[in-house]
Amino acid sequence: MFSQFLQFMFSGVTVGATYALAALGFTLIYNASNVINFAQGEFIMLGGMLTVFFLKTGLPMPVALALAVAIPAAVGVLVEKLAIEPAKGAEVVGLIIITIGASLVLRGVVQIWLGKGAAAFPAFSGDAPIAVGGAALAPQSLWVLGTTAVIVVALWLFFNRTLAGKAILATSFDPLAAQLVGINTQWVLLVSFALSAAIGAIGGILLTPITMTSYDVGIMLGLKGFVAAVVGGLGNGLGAVVGGLMVGIIEAMSAGYISSAYKDAVPFLLIFVVLFFLPRGLLGAKATERV
Amino acid sequence: MMRTNYGLFVLAAVLLALPLLLPNTYYFDIANRMAINAIIVLGLNLLIGFAGQISLGHAGFFGIGAYASAVLTTHFSWPPIAALCAGAAGAALLAAAIAPPIFRLRGHYLAMATLGLGIVISIVLKNEAGYTGGPDGMSVPAMSAFGGEIFGERQWYWLFAGILLFSVWACQNLIDSPFGRALRALHGSEVASQVVGVNVARYKVTIFVLSAFFASIMGSLTAHYVGFITPDSAEFSHSIELVTMVVVGGMASVFGSVVGAVLLTALPQALTTFEGRETVAFGAILMLSMIFLPKGLVPTLAAKFGGRR
Repeated sequence: MFSQFLQFMFSGVTVGATYALAALGFTLIYNASNVINFAQGEFIMLGGMLTVFFLKTGLPMPVALALAVAIPAAVGVLVEKLAIEPAKGAEVVGLIIITIGASLVLRGVVQIWLGKGAAAFPAFSGDAPIAVGGAALAPQSLWVLGTTAVIVVALWLFFNRTLAGKAILATSFDPLAAQLVGINTQWVLLVSFALSAAIGAIGGILLTPITMTSYDVGIMLGLKGFVAAVVGGLGNGLGAVVGGLMVGIIEAMSAGYISSAYKDAVPFLLIFVVLFFLPRGLLGAKATERV
Repeated sequence: MMRTNYGLFVLAAVLLALPLLLPNTYYFDIANRMAINAIIVLGLNLLIGFAGQISLGHAGFFGIGAYASAVLTTHFSWPPIAALCAGAAGAALLAAAIAPPIFRLRGHYLAMATLGLGIVISIVLKNEAGYTGGPDGMSVPAMSAFGGEIFGERQWYWLFAGILLFSVWACQNLIDSPFGRALRALHGSEVASQVVGVNVARYKVTIFVLSAFFASIMGSLTAHYVGFITPDSAEFSHSIELVTMVVVGGMASVFGSVVGAVLLTALPQALTTFEGRETVAFGAILMLSMIFLPKGLVPTLAAKFGGRR
């Protein structure tokens, strides 16, 4: 009974960590530019697909991983430069459409280039499960959780201890004021896109040995990351992590105890419950609207 | 102020002349799909363009209509008209039930909530395979009403053309009515319109219900017209297509809705020669039109040539 619960918990926390990474990506870009980047899921897909591709070409693992994080980061910068920047001042709907357009382009290119099939690579440290309290924990799950924890701590340090991080924070509070004190807000935007693309790609790489990847995994992973960001409170980094884990755990529990067919519907039902009672998410700021 | 409604006359003339120019049923089929999308987009544009409320889940309402017709006529042998009405009533009721809490949200939260609604609907359609045939879809019997049966692309053409013309006329009147002015006011500023006595919540809910109703009816008719329906019709990507038609054609522009629907329905047909590259092209066109024509095609052109919307 308990071991079963623990088993669902493990899978929920593992997938939830990936949602948390996706949600952090949404949060970073949202804070820097007020844009919801619907292409975030494609960065997750790129991470996994590129790793598979580079491993096939015979590159050693560390090189393949580095490329699979660096390329999406570069793509993130390109998306900002070519699509977001020229559309400055567009309405929310317009920006949403632009990022959706970017996601279609990325997905289409990968589909043409790498094909439609699902692919994976072996887990980083074997598949022999570790027994914990009667449940089996895959070593890859530890990789997912450990890396997520490292990224969260690193981000926290970056935003609280470095000048660059504080500049980004300042921009998210008030872009105009940030510019007045000499912060290059253009640079802040680029860094935010690169960072969130890289974080998304890392999530995609880590998850691939567990769930496989294909050109279209970005749609659902991205949307669930968005759910996580909204559940936690849009723009709140801690909220993104809490939201991601919550969405992952609730999804796994309902898949285990209620119905696995409806597991993909659960995050979207959750969003209704959360938004009805807390219209700004769990940890969202209680902002009043300026008239 | 009375003014001659040139736009409506032009549209009527085009719709009348088109059958003489279309060489075969393939082109009739494309024209029909354009009309179907144009009618849905008209409703959606009332919500997005005029009232300023985004919906990323409108394909869900289309799916409700389509599957209400498919399931009720196939499994319960309802007459198609009754099934269509039931679907439209169901979609309107769902929209009315869900709208008041949804419209407390705004911006990205509203986008998220409507997106979630659409996805939940499509997942239900996929999973209830006993009734819906699951992801493979199901076939739908022909449309019959008042003792007659509608079949063939040409007959359907006249039906869709008629509904389109009526919808454009209805939308134009709605926008020029006090209701339409209230909608535009709340797009401009919700607080200001509240101050002058507009019941903001009621207007948002009404327009949401109305656009859901439009989408559901067109879903029903499309199901009968195509004769086969899959859960893809309720998918997120279909919702995005619809929103794109609104945005590319021009927000808050009645004829923009028609133009957007025509262009983006023609696009996949034109791109099939590229084999598998349509996703890339579609995405690129979305981005380019948003960057270079942020107001949409029709309003931009209208401003350029000094015409009116």
